[in-house]
Amino acid sequence: MLSPELGHYALALACVLAGVQGILPLIGAQRRNARLMALAPGLAVGQLIALVCAFACLINAAVTDDFSVQNVAANSAVSKPLLYKITGVWGNHEGSILLWALILSLCGAAVAAFGRSLPTALRARVIAVLGLVATGFELFCLTTSDPFARVWPAPMDGRGMNPLLQDPGLAFHPPVLYTGYVGFAVPFAFAIAALIEGRVDAAWGRWVRPWAVAAWCFLTCGIAMGSWWSYYVLGWGGYWFWDPVENASLIPWLTGTALIHSAIVVEKREALKIWTVLLAIGTFSFSLSGTFLVRSGILNSVHAFANDPARGVFILGLLGVVIGGSLALFAYRAPSLTAGGLFAPLSREGALVLNNILLCSICAVVLTGTMYPPFMSLLFDRTISVGKPFFDATTIPLALPLFIFMGFGPMLPWKRAQLWPVLQKLWLAACVSGIAVVVATIRLSGVLPVLCAAAAVWIIGSSITDIATRTKLFRTSFANSVHRARMLPRAIIGTAIAHAGVGITVLGLAAMSQAQHRIVEVPIGTTEHLAGYDWTLTNVTQEPGPNYTAMAATLEVRRHGQLVTVMHPSKRSFNSQNQTTTDVAIHTNLMADLYGVLGDRHGPDSNPTYVLRLHYNPLAPWMWLGALVMAFGGALSLSDRRVRVGAPQRARSSTATVSVS
Amino acid sequence: MTTPDTTTRRRLLMALPLAGAGAVGVAFWKMLSGMEQGSFNPHDIHAPALNRPVPDFTTPDLAPGKGFGTADLRGLTQPIVLNFFASWCIPCLAEMPILMTLKEQIPLWGIAYKDKPEDAAGFLRHSGNPFSRLGLDQDGRVGIEWGISGVPETFLIGPGGVIRWHSAAPLGEDTIRDTLIPLARTLKTP
Repeated sequence: MLSPELGHYALALACVLAGVQGILPLIGAQRRNARLMALAPGLAVGQLIALVCAFACLINAAVTDDFSVQNVAANSAVSKPLLYKITGVWGNHEGSILLWALILSLCGAAVAAFGRSLPTALRARVIAVLGLVATGFELFCLTTSDPFARVWPAPMDGRGMNPLLQDPGLAFHPPVLYTGYVGFAVPFAFAIAALIEGRVDAAWGRWVRPWAVAAWCFLTCGIAMGSWWSYYVLGWGGYWFWDPVENASLIPWLTGTALIHSAIVVEKREALKIWTVLLAIGTFSFSLSGTFLVRSGILNSVHAFANDPARGVFILGLLGVVIGGSLALFAYRAPSLTAGGLFAPLSREGALVLNNILLCSICAVVLTGTMYPPFMSLLFDRTISVGKPFFDATTIPLALPLFIFMGFGPMLPWKRAQLWPVLQKLWLAACVSGIAVVVATIRLSGVLPVLCAAAAVWIIGSSITDIATRTKLFRTSFANSVHRARMLPRAIIGTAIAHAGVGITVLGLAAMSQAQHRIVEVPIGTTEHLAGYDWTLTNVTQEPGPNYTAMAATLEVRRHGQLVTVMHPSKRSFNSQNQTTTDVAIHTNLMADLYGVLGDRHGPDSNPTYVLRLHYNPLAPWMWLGALVMAFGGALSLSDRRVRVGAPQRARSSTATVSVS
Repeated sequence: MTTPDTTTRRRLLMALPLAGAGAVGVAFWKMLSGMEQGSFNPHDIHAPALNRPVPDFTTPDLAPGKGFGTADLRGLTQPIVLNFFASWCIPCLAEMPILMTLKEQIPLWGIAYKDKPEDAAGFLRHSGNPFSRLGLDQDGRVGIEWGISGVPETFLIGPGGVIRWHSAAPLGEDTIRDTLIPLARTLKTP
């Protein structure tokens, strides 16, 4: 029943519904026609249902091995495990665009479902803008990358998936990352709606922020998952390569982080309105451009999608309409938006402005580094590669002040602040950071890692201090403190947790600068010493897998003669793709990763030698753990009563509620 | 408060993002159309070209090597093979036995790409050192000048410092026998 033709029809239907969703509510909002505006939620849900149907058809084709569908024939095979048949649907260009459209329609339906408290005209416009963007993507899908195209004659077996993608981490990385990317379509739609209405106020800031935070949480998780995947699948021992595609996800994350902070100022103080609107447009624009760059072949990257300039031209046109159109609207309407509340440079607003300046500077640096090679190639016909030294040298000096101001920003009062009282509260965190400098100087080499480690401790310390101050920890009874903590708005706890997450990640990054590794070529029975561990290669065996054969090593790791772990790094040869992948063995105790990679086999069969790569990665898990903590903090602030109820919470008098309960 | 002058300035300021995005969009469009016509290929490594003089570079006089630079290559009277390698590169490790036999037939010069001196020294101690001259390219800048896309990469440099041949893959025995050595023989000055 779920035939590819039905899927194709459902996709076309979704495209038409999205087009109607994009036009009628806009006209309705302009003419104050309640009936046209009321169409918006229904159309958004209808589009979602159609796309779910289309997606189900594609999954069905992949699961039932329908190799007459070109996409399935090109990316799947009978021998592929079921999980990867399903997840392989979005592991290729056509399927991932369909997933993209599905998530976009999900955003539209979410605004329809959760946006009941919005003014009717605003909700109609937001849904309409989402519909217009969706129309573009669905047209792209239908015209240049049809996932349901058939082939004749149908092959007996598919060509199989890239074995690197046959991994649970990567199976769920794209949906999470795309939800982050696409989620920023909602703040974008809010920005466009506000520009059409010509009004940005505190209420707008309050509505837009949860959507931005939700998208930000997904993007954070998505980036972390991608980084983790490259760490344990690619087997290079690295976690971030400043690859253009990685940067393409980092850039919207940076502007998105700026957005969730500047939206606070709009909500609380009605300032930074134009800037916030621009950030909302910019973040989604960067998300879109990232997709375009990855798929056009303009950038050199390890993430190779099938490159097709014709597709590139279509996406560029789509980008021109979406980004160009929204920025033209911005140029036309933004000058008439009125400026809001005034504030002193030293205040919560001031700290948030500084946060925005620094985040956007880092973003500009990353953008420059990413776009420099193709632009140099275009303008001056010179080939240049920009790598880690550039990014390290430029981003860290900008990130350090950001980390330092992150510490006291949340403790500054609005409008006008005095530095001294805040510093008094933070003396303990400052002392701990001072100790951290000493400890880091002993343990770490290099100035930047030491400074980063100290900054990380400072962030974590000040986040704890913030909560401790607000709950009067140790200044009143413990029960009272717990009660106060429960009465704190979740947004404040969420902020502290997310900031602490940044600290955890930065600590991991600083420690990873001290990672040690060694490449050796050894016969069986050799022991190598690295980072205080003795690594012994005891055996290498051949093992068959479902669609590959593996050469697996047994690596015993000892410390002071005591067995720590037995690791089994292996190397898989995939028959159908004539490709090999390395299966890294990682042993972690959360403070450090022992990381072993088995390389090639050399020498005669009687006495072969094996290439081994051994890594000692201190605090490596903290990098991704920190990202999860950040996302958890964001999610916690989403569960704030203010967001759930949609009404500002009245200020509580702090002592009146403290009672024996 | 808002004079016409400030209003205009405000309008211009708000139009800046559009102008910037427009410029970038035009550039992307040029790249795409260039890619379709074949005049623009970002994946092409076109520096340094064959039969052109070696690029300007210099490597420091730092152990384990003594370093060399453009002038040394320009002053060549006999062909040599220049090999970019790294201690962290497994294909380089696999290539070493072949280089050890190649050094009997033609002088080999090496550049350790993005490598620490002690790592490069350890690598050569372990796998044998086929290089008669050795340079260090710690930050990868020389590699950029030479336009290498990774390691190992090998260049055949003719007399006078002209690039005669280039391979971006590890050398194989047949490549050496069928291509590299015959070509080097034609370049030899009596």
